[in-house]
Parts: sequence; C-alpha cells; structure tokens
Amino acid sequence: MSRLPFYLIVGLLLLVGIAASVHRHVQFEIPWLPGEQRQVWEIEAVINFNAQDGPVQVDLALPSHQAGYRVLTENTASSGYGLAYKADELGRQAEWTIRNAAGSQQLYYSVQMLVSPDARSPVQTPPELSTVPPWESPYDTAASQLIDRAWARSANNATFARELILDINGERQGENARLLLTQEQPSPLIVRLLNQADVHAREVSGLLMEDGRRRQTLSSWIQVFDESAETWTLFNPTTGEQGKPDNLLLWETGGRAVLEVQGGTNSRVTFSMLTHYQPASAAVRNHYSDDTLLNFSIHSLPLEEQALFQTILLIPIGALVVVFLRVLVGVKTSGTFMPVLIALAFIQTTLLTGLIGFLLIVAMGLIIRNYLSYLNLLLVARVSAVIITVIAIISIFTVIAYRMGLSSGLTVTFFPMIILAWTIERMSILWEEEGPKQVLVQGGGSLLTAVLAFLAMNNPWVRHITFNFLGVQFILMALILLLGNYTGYRLLELRRFKPITDEEKSS
Amino acid sequence: MSWLKNWTWPTRLRDKGIIGMNRRNIRYIGRYNSRRLYPLVDDKLKTKLLAQRYGITTPELIGTVTTQFGVKHISEMLSGHSGFVIKPAKGSGGKGILVIEKVQEGIFIKPSGVSLSIEDIERHVSNILSGLYSLGGSPDVAVIETLINFDESLMAYTYEGVPDIRVIVFKGYPVMAMMRLSTAASDGKANLHQGAVGVGLNIATGAALRGVQFDRPCFSHPDTGHDLASLVVPQWDTLLHLAAGCYEMTGLGYLGTDMVLDRKHGPMLLELNARPGLAIQMTNGEGLRRRLDLIEHQPDGVPVAERVAFAQHHFARQSELVETPDTSSATA
Repeated sequence: MSRLPFYLIVGLLLLVGIAASVHRHVQFEIPWLPGEQRQVWEIEAVINFNAQDGPVQVDLALPSHQAGYRVLTENTASSGYGLAYKADELGRQAEWTIRNAAGSQQLYYSVQMLVSPDARSPVQTPPELSTVPPWESPYDTAASQLIDRAWARSANNATFARELILDINGERQGENARLLLTQEQPSPLIVRLLNQADVHAREVSGLLMEDGRRRQTLSSWIQVFDESAETWTLFNPTTGEQGKPDNLLLWETGGRAVLEVQGGTNSRVTFSMLTHYQPASAAVRNHYSDDTLLNFSIHSLPLEEQALFQTILLIPIGALVVVFLRVLVGVKTSGTFMPVLIALAFIQTTLLTGLIGFLLIVAMGLIIRNYLSYLNLLLVARVSAVIITVIAIISIFTVIAYRMGLSSGLTVTFFPMIILAWTIERMSILWEEEGPKQVLVQGGGSLLTAVLAFLAMNNPWVRHITFNFLGVQFILMALILLLGNYTGYRLLELRRFKPITDEEKSS
Repeated sequence: MSWLKNWTWPTRLRDKGIIGMNRRNIRYIGRYNSRRLYPLVDDKLKTKLLAQRYGITTPELIGTVTTQFGVKHISEMLSGHSGFVIKPAKGSGGKGILVIEKVQEGIFIKPSGVSLSIEDIERHVSNILSGLYSLGGSPDVAVIETLINFDESLMAYTYEGVPDIRVIVFKGYPVMAMMRLSTAASDGKANLHQGAVGVGLNIATGAALRGVQFDRPCFSHPDTGHDLASLVVPQWDTLLHLAAGCYEMTGLGYLGTDMVLDRKHGPMLLELNARPGLAIQMTNGEGLRRRLDLIEHQPDGVPVAERVAFAQHHFARQSELVETPDTSSATA
C-alpha cells in the first residue's frame, strides 16, 4: 500500500494553505501580527417588521462622528426599497420607502466605525428647552420635592443630574420617586424632571460594543448639558455614573425614536458587531469592492455570520491540541473532543471562573449521579436525569453567584450542558469500575487538555491568524493528517515501557 | 535530574522492538483488521456461535436473554444448572460479568461468598439489556453460559478469579502469550493495570518466562506465595492450535485470544479482542516488533499446524525465572 497519495494530499494542502495566506497578506496588506493597527468595528443593524400590504416608510436613526469613533463606510441592503439619507441638527437618518409590501420584511444597515481616541464630537449647542407638560396632582408635589432635594445637595447641572438619578434609581429611592415611576419609565422621568428644573437634558440611545455579540439592542443613556463647559455629559440612568464608557457608541443623540415604521407592525431593530484590526492605511479604504473568486472570504458574509465564524474557525486549533496531546503525549481524556467544548466555554467565562465552575458542577453532579445509580434506571432516562440535574446546579450557582455580587459567576451558563451531563455519567461509571484514581487521571487529563486548548484558542495572535487567514485551515488540516500517520512512541510510553529497558542494562 | 529516572529514550525502546500505541493502531490494527469484521469479536454471542461452527471449544451456552420481557423467565432457564456465568454480549474489559458458583435453595452464591436472590440476578440481566455495560451504552443481549470447571493444576497460582491465557495471533501465527493471574490487589479480576500478575509464557512449551506485577518483576504469586517458575500451562499445543484457528474463523489479522483451561474440556476460547493491549510486551520482557516483522514475511495460506510449529520453533525462549535460581529464590 503506497503512502504516496497521502503525502501528495498533505503537500497540496500545505501549499494551498501557505499560498492563500501569503496572497492575503500581500494583496490586502493584512499583517501577520495583530499589533500596530487601527481597530475597526463593524456594526450591522437588522430591521424586522411585518408589512401590512400597503406603502411602508421606515426611518432609522444613524450614528455620526463622535468622541472616540469615526464613521468609515456605511452600506444598506434592502431589495425593492427606495433609500434616502437625511441629516439635520438632531442627527442623521436613513429613510426606506416602498409603495407596496406585504409579509415579513428585513432591512440591513451596516457601518464601519474606526476607533480613534482623538476624534471629537462636533460643536454642540443646547437645544431649546422642550416645554414640559405639567404634572397632575398629586404628582406635581412629588416631582417638585424630588427636584428640591436633589437641587439642595448639588452644585451644578452635572451633580444635580447625578443626585436626581440616585434618588430615582438608587438605594435612596423614596416614596416620591416610586409614585412618579408609576407614571413614566425611569429614563424619560429623569429627563422630564431635569427639564422641569430648567436643565438641558435628553435621552439618548447607545450601543455597548462587545466583540462577536449578536442580536443586541440599544441601551438608554441620559445626556445633560453643562453650560459652563458647553458640552454634553453622559450619565448612566441606573447607576448615576458620569462619563462615557470607552465601548459605548452613541447611536442616536437627537432625542428622537431610533426606529419608526409606518405601514408595518412588530418592528424591531437588532445589532450585531465584530471588531477587527486593520493597518492604518487599509482602514480608510473600502476593500470589498474587488471581490473575486480568489478573494473568496468569509469577510464578505453578513456580520452576524462572521461573528459566528470567528469562534468556529478556532475549533480546528482546539482539535489540533487534542490530537497532539493524545497522539504525541498520550494524555487520557474523558470523551475525545469534550475538552474543546469546555475550552470554548472557558473563552466566554474566563479561565479561573470556568475552572472553578466546571469543577463545582462536575463534583456536585457526581454526588447526585451516585444517588441516581441506586435507583437502577435505564441509561437514557438516567442521563436525562443528569442533564436536568446539571441545569439545576448551574441555575443554583448562577443565583448564588449573583446574590454574592460575583457577576463573573453568571457566565457558567455558557457550559455545554449535555456534554457536562455525559462527562458526569462517564466519570461516574469510571469511578464504579476503575476507582477514583482513574477518574482523577482522566478528569485531570481532560482539564489539562481543555486549559491548553483554551490558552491556544484565546491567544490574540492565534485569533488574528485564524480569522484573517483562511488558508491556515488547510495548514491545520495537513498537520492533523500528518499526526494521524505517526507510528512512533507517545511521550508517556517512554515511562510506561521503562522497566523493559532496565533489565537489558543489568543482564 | 531524579525525575528523569522514570523515563527512557525512544531509541532504547526501538532497539528492544517495543511497539507503541500509535504503531499498533496504524500499522497492525488499521492494516490487518478490517472494520466490518469487528462485530464478530465485539459481540460475544456472535463469537461463540461462530466458534461452534469452526469446531473451536467454548464454554457451553445455556441461553440468551434479548428482551426485558424475557428477564422474567430467567429462573426457568437457570433451573438445573449449579454454576453459571452471565455476561453482556458487547461488554468490554470484563465489565458486567456475573459469576455464580453454586445455587442452594434458590440462593445464588458468588465465588466471593456473597449470596444473591433471583431478583438480584434479574436486575443484573435487565441492566445488561439496557446497555449499562456495553460499548457506547447501546442495547445489549445477556449471554448465559456454564461455569468453567477450572483446571486444578493452575489453582495454586491464582487468588479467587480464573486465570486466563492471552495469545496474540498475527496472521494466524501465535506470536506472544501471557497468563493473567488475579490477586487480592486486583480484586479477583485479571486486569493487569488493576494489579493482576502477568506471566509471560514461552510459545514453545507454555512454561513461565517471567512474572510482572504493576510493571515490576515478581517471582511468586503475592497472595498464594506459589513460585511462578514451576508454572507450565498443560495442553499447550492444543491451546495454540485453538488460538491460531481463530484467524480462519474471524479473518482478523491482529487478534488477541483469551483462553481458559477447563478440567473436563481442556483449553477453551473465552473471547476475542480486535484491539489487544500492549502490556504483553511487559510480561514477556520483549517487544513484539521482531516477531511481527518475521511473520509479515511469511506467505499466506499456511495450515494451522505448520503455523504453530513455525512459531514454536522461532519464538522459543529461556525462562528468566529458572536461569539464575540463586537470585530468584533470594528475592522471593
């Protein structure tokens, strides 16, 4: 049996992989290293609504240049719709129109924002104070009492706003605030009270940027005009914290609705986002214009799918680590690729929380599974019972972690529950048959593999390479094929077979 | 560098002809064992029926239970049998095997003296059917066969369990053999990694070459204290012929055959293994590589008797246990 075809395939894969990577490096100036670059956020907004078989007009607020971010390019996808961009002093808007539409509709808007710390927001003038509709009794006294209290404890507009937010949302929430909250949502209420006290304030919508997030919605923030500094300052309407978080992109600042749909129902807009790094020169250039077959790239996919691929493309790295540890080292794991899934969960939870969570869940699961074995159930029923147990454990841990103020504990929900249930089942059988030592060996092996896979997959350089150079996947494939052909000794076998070589020496 | 003491160099292993896991998987199992033949050995019931067709002795089949409904009728099947073994057809590594030594007034007694009721037996069979012991948890069949009346000449070498003889058969040639003696440490099981004593056997005569427990040489059984040097497997030629015949029976080129010796019926085939482990190299103190290379150069289609004679001629060895009687008795 000739091994020639095998080596030909491996050689071909290596060649294709290296050529594709070099091509991408040369053609698109994507550097091998992730550093020395400009960060670009790609944000995609998807508008969903049901058209009512008639004319439809959709208005979506659009982000503008602002402190920290600059608009690079923007695109829309909306078949059959007429499109116009409008801009006024309150901000920019996209307006889609169509004479006749029926059924479920989807409109896309995507924008590239360049992160530039030196970007400044354009000169801002305070708007006219909107006329505040008067409160009815007894709300009017509650409102004026709230304003008076906060006013007395503050020195300027900013501190006044902070005190007001704390009175309405914070621990100091009193009866007056609770009474007013029956009439309005917190954010509009705060703005209304600020306006009532002749302070320029408005409610704005912002997007918290997190890499690879999908189906996000805008959050509400409050801007207060500081007359002495002639700038708007931003407040978090729940905590009263002042200042803009670095990862907050203001989407709509005019105090208008983000999405308005005429002629449709059930409208909503969701956001997906993704960050990647580009050389400063390429960042300013729109490089999707010359899409050819050679440039076949997942970067031409919609953002939501790209964000998904960013994780998917890391899985081969995890698989390579598993193959390496099993074939070359001889580590025993419980379930071949279970460690990769655990490592994926670690990426969401961070390593320490992930490890603690994993150990706690498996330990608790083993105890409960031990009891289940007395019940003498059929296998499928027993594993299903373990799955429910795992879900229960995760819920309890999440609630306890939240109560104790450990927000990182909330991420244990990222663990793949079915896989955990099977792990517990396998470990438990192993315990009964081979004793706790084997459980430690295999469990430890799995954890070690998971940690190594996590370290490899979480490495910024690895993330950069796998996402930007699809050719790397061919190289990984070739490496794994080569490892699958390895007939030499495993590292741990050098220890296992040691006694045999000893006697040769003595005889 | 004290931690390096437990490690050796790959070149040293290669010189000794030791085969590693990867080489076994790719070079021998992957090349000589066709995947479609695996069910023949992974299912003990199939192996048994096949062996009967090829005239290879196996423990007598009392019956099988295939449905949960059939579990209720198990007591009728067992009546009249004083000792029997219940095993899952697709079990691995000796999991789920229940041995009943004798039955007294409806009470079933295990070799360890623990007594079970008929309900316990039924639950065990039900567990087997639901796949508790099978590979991957797939539904299984319970096989009930007569208890092996174990040959007394080897009784002194074992503690509680039945010692079995593993012969690696490569392309129909018996290449290496060992006996596994259960100990108190291994809890009556013949699994080497649980502490059973492995005794390398001379292919030519069936006499002990060397003993190993926990990968370290040993010269007598740790529980019975019996000297291993005097161990010789009776009816060795018959046993080798049986083992070698399994090649024609299954078509698997790299095969582990597990045999036992019955008082009345002589050597019997207990089960076959398409992925035999590598511990046999430890018990023989020799790598498989040289022997396998030699067999690979032999032509196909050689009859069983000639293959056995070839192996006995080429793979004969001196026992390490009797070579230096002074040191062995001193260590023992």
